[in-house]
Amino acid sequence: MATTTSSTTTEPAPPGADRAPAPPRRARRGLGRFNVLGGLAGWVWVAIVLVPIYWIVITSFKSQSTYYVTNPMLPPTEPTLDSYRLVIESDFARYFVNSVVVTAGAVVPAVAMSFMASYAIVRGGGTSRFLRISNSLFLLGLAIPLQAVIIPVYLIVIRMRMYDSLGGMILPSIAFAIPLSVLVLSNFIRDVPRELFESMRLDGASEWTTMWRLAFPLTRPAIVTVTIYNALLTWNNFLLPLILTQDPSKRTLPLAVWSFQGQYGVNVPAVLASVVLTTLPIVVFYAIGRRQLLAGITAGFGK
Amino acid sequence: MTAGPGTVPVPPSVAAPRGGGRHGSLWWLVVPALVFFVTFGVVPLLGVLGLSFANWNGIGAITPGGLGAWRQVLGDPGLLHSLWVTFEIMAISWAVQTPASILLGTFLAGPQRYRGFLAVLYVLPLLLSSAALAVTWKALLDPNFGLGAGLKIPLLSQNWLGEGGLAVGVVIFIVSWQFVPFHALIYQGGVRQIPRSLYEAAEIDGAGRIRQFFSLTLPQLKYTIITSSTLMVVGSLTFFDLIFVLTAGGPGDATRVLAVEMYQTGFLGNQMGPASAIAVIIVLSGLVIAQLLRRLGGRDASASQLEGM
Repeated sequence: MATTTSSTTTEPAPPGADRAPAPPRRARRGLGRFNVLGGLAGWVWVAIVLVPIYWIVITSFKSQSTYYVTNPMLPPTEPTLDSYRLVIESDFARYFVNSVVVTAGAVVPAVAMSFMASYAIVRGGGTSRFLRISNSLFLLGLAIPLQAVIIPVYLIVIRMRMYDSLGGMILPSIAFAIPLSVLVLSNFIRDVPRELFESMRLDGASEWTTMWRLAFPLTRPAIVTVTIYNALLTWNNFLLPLILTQDPSKRTLPLAVWSFQGQYGVNVPAVLASVVLTTLPIVVFYAIGRRQLLAGITAGFGK
Repeated sequence: MTAGPGTVPVPPSVAAPRGGGRHGSLWWLVVPALVFFVTFGVVPLLGVLGLSFANWNGIGAITPGGLGAWRQVLGDPGLLHSLWVTFEIMAISWAVQTPASILLGTFLAGPQRYRGFLAVLYVLPLLLSSAALAVTWKALLDPNFGLGAGLKIPLLSQNWLGEGGLAVGVVIFIVSWQFVPFHALIYQGGVRQIPRSLYEAAEIDGAGRIRQFFSLTLPQLKYTIITSSTLMVVGSLTFFDLIFVLTAGGPGDATRVLAVEMYQTGFLGNQMGPASAIAVIIVLSGLVIAQLLRRLGGRDASASQLEGM
């Protein structure tokens, strides 16, 4: 749905402004000056974002007994790892492994398949009706929220005898990662100069070779973007494990955090330690691919 | 779609300017993605419509149910309430997020280095799963053990999630906390695409900053506003994780949005027929709203774009 809108919203790109990074300082004078309101809002928002995150982190290092008697906004005088110990003893290593398996198992095939599909759609869409119809189907997919079709997905997974298995969560995750990935990747492949394809062809390269030797390296930034984005969504998915698993040993982290709070609700430091441990891997992942993701959001939707 | 030997060179003049079929067929490359997407996307979409005319308790056999499920859902005052809560949260969170995102996005589009650093911080809430976020805020807002109680500020130690109106406000606040940065980044991209020459012209004409913002930036952002609003509004139809973990639809039914109502009817109440009918309502609402927003933007597609060029 995002696309149906954004595709009609493409502005006539001003010369030199396409996918513009930070433009030269002098030229932006008009935008940079005296934005008092914006500047104030910018810093206030940083505080709004950081205060709860700060609270999560410092509290997770407090002991349950000191939590109730100390000022909640001050860091602990005697930091302790007790909360983290309790979380890890509650089988979080297993949930962590489950999350890694589900995320990697879903994102790698999803991005690979989306890349191949995008390549075919861009290169063959001009002559093949089948490819054009496939593309429209993927675009339609952007309008299907997972929540709304979860009941039939549940039915299909049961019938495939994959209830209570990691595979049962992986397969729908792959499917729901495909539409946006195809959209983003095909936009990028479209930007590869046609002469390059032409010269590959004259060198006698097959489409398969051209795809992996030419299109893949040139679209790498977009591939990183969709990989991070899909990894984030899959890692954080709560609905699929909630619906498709029952056995605690098959839980992924978001569901584990929820049931952990149900179990240790009054132990606030421990609950927050579980939140930190759940989020830490994705923060690390994000730190690695930050530039691509930010550029992807601003370039992909900002048009 | 005839498969030719992939290695026969064709003179450039013969080759079609675009399209692949000329050089080995490509259709099979789309097949894996298509199979997955049809199995878990298209089939369930048709399936949810089919199941809304069936009886199924989630375990046993599925039997035809005619219009029973629809009659039950449409005759239930709970549905009307869920619709109301869903649209209430949708409208208010849109009204809160949009001005904040535009303001922050315009600010972030400026040139100073530290703004890039701020953008990194802004994205942090997006990295948290809604479940983890809900768990955190639930702890933070707890009237006895939360932040307000610890700071001994009565204003902050209210029963945030125990009173209907407050709980709705909390949901809207958390949604904004998580998603304003995302939309600010979208607007940042939009603002950066506005031709600089327009600002130079405005400055020569003597327009002040506020005037520039309202007469230039805002109209130029029209399509970005529609994109961002579509994502916000359609996205808000599917807030499930956050509300389910935070309040489970409560207190009472104060925050029972459609998605939560669907889950409770289907997976807790074992009535998959009515739950599917609610799911169909969610899909249809999303499509209708997206189309409306598209119309809003599509009518004069090229109107404001070249103004002043």
